[in-house]
Amino acid sequence: MQIPENWLIHQDATPLNENDPDMLRVHSIETFGTHDGPGIRMVIFAQGCQFRCLYCANPDTWDVKGGTTKSIDEIVQMAIKEKPYFGKNGGVTVSGGEPTLQRSKLLQLFTKLHAHGINTALDSNGKLLNDEVKALLSETDYLLLDVKHFNDDWHHTLTAVSNQSVLKVAEYRESTGKPMWLRYVLVPGYSDQEEYLHQLGAHFKNYLTIEKIEIQPYHLLGAHKWEAMGLEYKLKDIKPPTAEALQKTAAIFKQYFKEVKIN
Amino acid sequence: MKTQEKISVPFAEGAWKKAINVKDFVRLNVTPFEGDAQFLTGPTHATLQLWNTCLAAMKLEREQNGCLDIDTETISTITSHAPGFIEKDLEKIVGLQTDALLKRAIKPFGGVRVVEGAAKEKGHLLSYKVKEVFDYVKDHNTAVFSAYDPEILKFRSKGILTGLPDNYARGRIIGDYRRLALYGADALIAAKQADKLAIDGELTEHQIRLREEVSDQIGALQSIKEMGAMYGLDLSRPAENAQEAVQWVYMAYLAAVKEQDGAAMSLGNVSTFLDIFIERDLADDIITEIDAQELIDQFVMKLRVVRHLRPGAYDDIFAGDPTWVTEAIGGHFEDGRTKVTKTSFRFLQTLYNLGPSPEPNLTVLWNNELPEGFKNFCAQVSIDTSSIQYENDDLMRNARGSDDYGIACCVSYQELGKRIQFFGARANLPKSLLLALNAGREENEGTVILKNIPAIKSDVLDYNEVLANFKLAIKEVVRVYCKSMNIIHYMHDKYYYEKAQLAFIDTDPGIDIAYGAAGISIIADSLAAIKYAKVTAVRNELGLTTGFEIEGSYPKYGNDNDNVDVIAQEISEFFFNELNTHKTYKNAKPTMSLLTITSNVMYGKMTGATPDGRLAGEPFAPGANPMHGRDTNGAIASLNSVAKLEYRYAQDGISNTMSMVAKSLGATPTDQTLNLVAVLDGYFAKKGHHLNVNVLNRETLMDAYEHPEKYPQLTIRVSGYAVNFIRLSKSHQLEVIARTFHENM
Repeated sequence: MQIPENWLIHQDATPLNENDPDMLRVHSIETFGTHDGPGIRMVIFAQGCQFRCLYCANPDTWDVKGGTTKSIDEIVQMAIKEKPYFGKNGGVTVSGGEPTLQRSKLLQLFTKLHAHGINTALDSNGKLLNDEVKALLSETDYLLLDVKHFNDDWHHTLTAVSNQSVLKVAEYRESTGKPMWLRYVLVPGYSDQEEYLHQLGAHFKNYLTIEKIEIQPYHLLGAHKWEAMGLEYKLKDIKPPTAEALQKTAAIFKQYFKEVKIN
Repeated sequence: MKTQEKISVPFAEGAWKKAINVKDFVRLNVTPFEGDAQFLTGPTHATLQLWNTCLAAMKLEREQNGCLDIDTETISTITSHAPGFIEKDLEKIVGLQTDALLKRAIKPFGGVRVVEGAAKEKGHLLSYKVKEVFDYVKDHNTAVFSAYDPEILKFRSKGILTGLPDNYARGRIIGDYRRLALYGADALIAAKQADKLAIDGELTEHQIRLREEVSDQIGALQSIKEMGAMYGLDLSRPAENAQEAVQWVYMAYLAAVKEQDGAAMSLGNVSTFLDIFIERDLADDIITEIDAQELIDQFVMKLRVVRHLRPGAYDDIFAGDPTWVTEAIGGHFEDGRTKVTKTSFRFLQTLYNLGPSPEPNLTVLWNNELPEGFKNFCAQVSIDTSSIQYENDDLMRNARGSDDYGIACCVSYQELGKRIQFFGARANLPKSLLLALNAGREENEGTVILKNIPAIKSDVLDYNEVLANFKLAIKEVVRVYCKSMNIIHYMHDKYYYEKAQLAFIDTDPGIDIAYGAAGISIIADSLAAIKYAKVTAVRNELGLTTGFEIEGSYPKYGNDNDNVDVIAQEISEFFFNELNTHKTYKNAKPTMSLLTITSNVMYGKMTGATPDGRLAGEPFAPGANPMHGRDTNGAIASLNSVAKLEYRYAQDGISNTMSMVAKSLGATPTDQTLNLVAVLDGYFAKKGHHLNVNVLNRETLMDAYEHPEKYPQLTIRVSGYAVNFIRLSKSHQLEVIARTFHENM
């Protein structure tokens, strides 16, 4: 079960971070996000990702040269127009794609959003941790950290990369004392092994910054995009987890986390 | 209920004791409630048994072509019918429009031929005695058409002006029904008699008419006393306890719906008023919370069985047999206190105790300072029942000047007891645009409607040229619209005067004359397409446009894009300003709505292809909504576009409907409730005026389309009101299903 090698995986993502410093490469923007962080959120789906998750619902966000570029100031203006809906909890979430590929630009975006009193969240796969990412995390009110699997072999199987950096990002975030939510995609037959769910829980149970863990039920809504891109969707025979399976996973996580939410 | 054991606490006195002033009474005696929904109770056995009887009757009604029975012999008046009951021994609040549940009465003064036709469609023959009456007297419909001119008739038959209340009652007027409970009929009669005596001096036409009107109102109040006596009630005096207060208010409303079958017959803003009586009885231990809820449940039940006799054609514009018993709940006093009381909650609770329902049309006057407990309860009720709508309290109270208001018809502010409205349906804007593109000819048949529109020079459309032509067309449409409205309301006053409602309104009230425009989103998108893309008109052998080729992209209304949203604003402002250039009957003040009711389907059928790419016959978006599927940046961007339409140009209301699946509001019930509250706070902070909230899923609607019998109470919000889904026509049902659902999750 190996991700087929294709041209996308060798893409150099450096230009995403360095070229056009005032522009963000964006896949799309959803003004009414209610599942990516607290409250109502403007969710920016950043373009470009180096993970190759088998169940990826947005393979059209992989290509670092895809999407469209939008000026950071324009995005800030959009967020300001939406601010009355954010209430006490809402704000802006940058998801993707993998947002940290554009960390220097997001630092600028988040700093500007904070200047306007707008809450920021970053939904990241935790691939990268360097000084620039650390600076970005310092302007990130909520880190939504996707832990795809606790076992590194399975992580490889699911994403084509190691999970070591993910754990390091979590460790770093914990050291800063700023809040974080874990997100776990439950894929039947791939990420539902009880022993690893327990290991994940045990690993994180003493983290003080983790406010909750969200179980994201695997779904097939993105499968058609793979076919449209000429890629084979390997999980087409995998059905979404049953309510029972979700509850069972939630029960395991509840032994370790103060809040478990099925998203 | 216990019997009255001790003397009630007296009400705080003030200006209301010296003159008719319900607002002052409420202000001085209200007990605002800042808590949550915990205190609410379920229905009593009596309530449930009564409601089951009603549900069984409604099922029979649906099986019989939507009409259970008609009394074709008796012209309905306040006292025309013997008392009617659901199950007399169980009823805490009594009174039906006729002597039997769901039996419809005839009110032929709006138009006897329409009544005859409506009865015939439902298999009934109008009594010859009734027909004979109109050999000697005139009805509203006949009178209006006697004064119409060929131009108005042409605009009407070609669908440029539609739904005009020229063959049915205009409705919209809201009596201040609280007055009967607070003062009793005798005091109201005395006040009207004093008013009549004061109409003196040089007797102008206005004053003579006013004297006659006040005399009619006094007559109506006397009839109301008689009607009360038929039910064993002494309405001559004020209500003395909560049960009487509810009963008295209902009797005043019942008189209105016995005498009139207006398109919309709103209730006003009675919940806060009634709460004062309920609070006093609770404090005196005369009633318990269970009794209080039972009074409201049974009152609301009565409002749910109000019926009028309508022809099939009426259903095309106002689908689902609506009555618009609109009750406004919540909002703020001018002094900053909330108007939310426990009875505000009790009204919403009826949607659980009796199940979802389109009527009464419960309208929450939203204010970002409303108590959190109330906000959360509203959101929860919306998510569970899709039966309530929201309007911007701050926006309306500040712009219109009083905190004592109800909602007339769907969405329109109406100060209670002080002003009234003349209803005027709406003009078809996209059809007006097509007149502008076809040298004043109607796009389907080529009939010349307007003579002063120059031919378009090139089939590749030029924005400035089209806009100039369109404005010329609007000027003409408005001119004819105003003529017809003056005729209609002159005749309605003369031949079908609402004496029972005006009896509960100050003598010689101020008047708003409410015009409307449909299809604003098509206009915005069409003009944006012409401005930002290349639009080529395709014409047939008569030179009439049959389609438009669009090359390139253009900004679409519903994405919070100023380039297009500003066009919608500009046209609304232009249309409104044109209305103000014309004289009005009784010096009424023009207002405008961006509203369609359900006529967006019928308008679509009558309107050719438009430059935004909409094909001939396709429905318009409802109200001020963006067109289906064009708002692609999510619900907030869509709301923001609509919120940009300025209330000052559309004080009759800017209707917006938001439909979404529950999951798109959030993952958990708590998230969903809080996020819906945030949507409402946000939309109204952005100065949005009105929002219908539907929380449904498409599968439920598809199933209800296929198996209506499984969903007797499925309620959805449509432009400005709610309907029972299965009572919509199949084409309306499909249009609702096709609407934009915000399904992101």
